[in-house]
Amino acid sequence: MAKSLRPARLALHVYGVLVGLFLLLPTLVVVPLSFTGRRSLAFPPIGFSTQWYRNFFTDPDWFNSAVFSLKIALLVTVFATTLGTLAAVALTLGRARWKAAARGLLIAPMIVPGVITAIGIFYVFLRLGLTQNLWGFVFAHSVLAIPIVVVTVSASLSSFDRQLLRASASLGAGPLASLIQVMLPIIAPGVLSGALFAFLTSFDEAIVSLFLAGPFSRTLPIQIYQSVTAEIDPTIAAASTMLLGITTLCVVAAALVLARRDRRYS
Amino acid sequence: MSGAHVVETTQGAEPQSRARSGRLRKLLRAELLLILPLAFVGFFFFYPLLQMVLLSVQDFLGGAGHWYDNYKWFLGNPSQRTIFRRTFLVSIWVTLVCLAAGFPYAYLMTLVGKRTRLLMLAAVMLPFWSNLVVRTYAWVVLLQDNGPVRSAFAAFGVHLPRLLGNMTGVTIGATQVLLPFLVLPLYATLQGIDRRLLDAAESLGAKPRTAFIKIYLPLALPGILAGCLIVFILMLGFYFTPALLGSPSNSLISQQIFIQVNRLLAFGRGGAMALVLLITTLCILAISALFTRRYTKALGIGGEG
Repeated sequence: MAKSLRPARLALHVYGVLVGLFLLLPTLVVVPLSFTGRRSLAFPPIGFSTQWYRNFFTDPDWFNSAVFSLKIALLVTVFATTLGTLAAVALTLGRARWKAAARGLLIAPMIVPGVITAIGIFYVFLRLGLTQNLWGFVFAHSVLAIPIVVVTVSASLSSFDRQLLRASASLGAGPLASLIQVMLPIIAPGVLSGALFAFLTSFDEAIVSLFLAGPFSRTLPIQIYQSVTAEIDPTIAAASTMLLGITTLCVVAAALVLARRDRRYS
Repeated sequence: MSGAHVVETTQGAEPQSRARSGRLRKLLRAELLLILPLAFVGFFFFYPLLQMVLLSVQDFLGGAGHWYDNYKWFLGNPSQRTIFRRTFLVSIWVTLVCLAAGFPYAYLMTLVGKRTRLLMLAAVMLPFWSNLVVRTYAWVVLLQDNGPVRSAFAAFGVHLPRLLGNMTGVTIGATQVLLPFLVLPLYATLQGIDRRLLDAAESLGAKPRTAFIKIYLPLALPGILAGCLIVFILMLGFYFTPALLGSPSNSLISQQIFIQVNRLLAFGRGGAMALVLLITTLCILAISALFTRRYTKALGIGGEG
């Protein structure tokens, strides 16, 4: 019986490799393209130059949008990680009947299609003067990043031994001290990877940003999008390459942090 | 704010009654931590959502009207209906393509060794977190008229039709972007299926294919459904991939919403379109949740997987 399966197995493996390549490879075309010698999207690229990277750091449109994105993402990381961790702790320790409902409300921004969230936020922020404004981006992105922090930190809390809190209380620690000195160090890897994901959520966010953006307040993804629709400029490829690099670093860091925690507590 | 409250209430605790009232406070305290996150999400997410609903029945192009005018415009306008239908069809199509690519991949992940599995997982996770606009831009480079994909095929004498600016491009790009959303939940389900059941079926005389179809697939169905659902819903609200890889003549609903709201400032119309989209999404979610619950109960695997 196993014999009759073998060609099928082989086909499955080949198919799997093809799907894996389909997932990974296409995006990587931006890397060689970013070193192209000519102002064209021709692939394979012709010649070699680093002028597009130079252009990225000297052209104010590109550089400012990158700095703007970075500022937003860092602030979002602080907001979303704090609020998301608070919520995850409360959802794990609390026993109220409406806990499930509260969880649903906090996760909802992940489920509602982005364009719907975007127009609601756009309208309210227009009236509050928060469009084309750093804090507008920060608040909007934070709302979108909170769910992922809640999910990540909750997963990390599910293996947390509550007896430890009781033990620290019996030794005279107040509840706040127990939370900060006992619980937080143990769930720190979960919080850290939640923070990395929050950073990425903001750094990559595009649809709400598209509505909130203005000529002098563009995030990097919006700058890329608007350049793609407007012109042929390999600076897009250089920006994309750097964006991919940052993403990869964050994901690998998050994976390593989580893997180390698993090894330590298994 | 809630943190300050915590300190206050606990400092006044009497030592004797600490055990009981401590527990009571703990209940109170844990929920207090939720106030700030809920207020934040409430104000910056649910309040805008509510505003959008209100606008859809209050804000009209060209002055006052009936509350349903925006809906009448959207559902009664043939070209808008076409876009709505097209969005649905494309979403179903992309979901099917994702399933065809993703199921064998997730299945293979349950068969291979730990190292290969990690590699396969990385191949899913990296694109999952890579920037959507960047990935779509990469497809613009690859699929353009004199791009590498078409010239590679042309080198073998196969002249492909145009890949960019039509539904072919949208399907290819959307499949690649959405595939991780199908593979991850599907793999989680498949991983929980006991493969010894297949051995058992075969030892009782079932052919491997029969065992797979009659034993494995029914157990995998909740995962298949969950994965397809996510892809379908995300595709319904997709903006950048159709905008860059498709063309204005075959735009999808989210592009229409963007035009109505951002260009024409027709918040009422955009709101009505978005609400129809949202309600459709929620209905699909509810129906499939109901189905999945009944199904897993009938299979007797509820709570697992």
